[in-house]
Amino acid sequence: MRSLYRTIDRSDLRDATALAAAVGVVGASYGALAAAADVSPAIAIGMSVLVLAGSSQFLVVAVVAAGGSPVAAVLGGLLLNARHLPFGLAMSGVVADRWPGRLLGAHILIDEVVAFARARGSGQRARAAYWTCGVLLATFWLLGTVVGLLAGSAVPDPSVFGLDAAFPAALLALVLPGLKRADARRVGLTAAVVALAATPFLPPGLPVLVGLLGLLAAGRDTTAEVPR
Amino acid sequence: MNWPAVLTLAAGTYLLRLTGLVLRDRVTVPARVERYLDLGATALLVALVATAALTDGDGFAGWARPAGVAVGALLAWRRLPFVLVVVLAAATTGALRYLGVP
Repeated sequence: MRSLYRTIDRSDLRDATALAAAVGVVGASYGALAAAADVSPAIAIGMSVLVLAGSSQFLVVAVVAAGGSPVAAVLGGLLLNARHLPFGLAMSGVVADRWPGRLLGAHILIDEVVAFARARGSGQRARAAYWTCGVLLATFWLLGTVVGLLAGSAVPDPSVFGLDAAFPAALLALVLPGLKRADARRVGLTAAVVALAATPFLPPGLPVLVGLLGLLAAGRDTTAEVPR
Repeated sequence: MNWPAVLTLAAGTYLLRLTGLVLRDRVTVPARVERYLDLGATALLVALVATAALTDGDGFAGWARPAGVAVGALLAWRRLPFVLVVVLAAATTGALRYLGVP
């Protein structure tokens, strides 16, 4: 673990901090919304520490605010988080080689962290990036939640700052280099089309999962070809 | 929302995360499957980008957000620093909203 700190690239640390700062602001809006929906501070903070998956936490708050049952909130949240399983399959080699690391690393398997580490390949640098980004995001998410709970309605809607564009843009910037591969480009494009087409008809979480149908466009392995 | 519900969601989410990590190690995967697992992560991430950029709930997100993401995409493609990509994407969307674009 200690050797990880020495392998952290300075620019990776800067980028991860920027991402974490944005996560912190969104965390503040989560905290504020939770307070407005009469979710107790302990529950809101408990979710930020134990669930640590932003979109599912927002969903829970929305369900509660709309008077829905906790069971519906949990089921919806789990459906939204189902994508973490295939993410885990893809990230196993990056996260850790042994048990303690895996048990801990599983908790910070977050969309942005996955994209952040994958943009740095699969070696030592990717592993350092995974842990750095994961720990920073988890910390800022918690800090943001606490700030949001304390400030309540004083927290402005993050969409005023366009933060809702920051996350897809960040993810896109992180996956873009990988799309130089022709097969990845085909898969990605198909996944986007399928997920968008499914969005009006399926509950949150499922459209992204059916994006896996993009794999049907994988075709032959062309990794040996020179990327353009 | 009550504690049993929070703990169920937390445990379920954690198990989903851990299962992927552990399964991969338990089963020897042929290179062909390995390629699909890797492409699967790409599929999910791009699907996330597309839905997060263009949709809100089950409808269209409005023009401000996709415009910001498009600016971010252009800057990322031009290899501008990541921090700038994120900040300028948000700034574009924020500015458009300020001007009254939904």
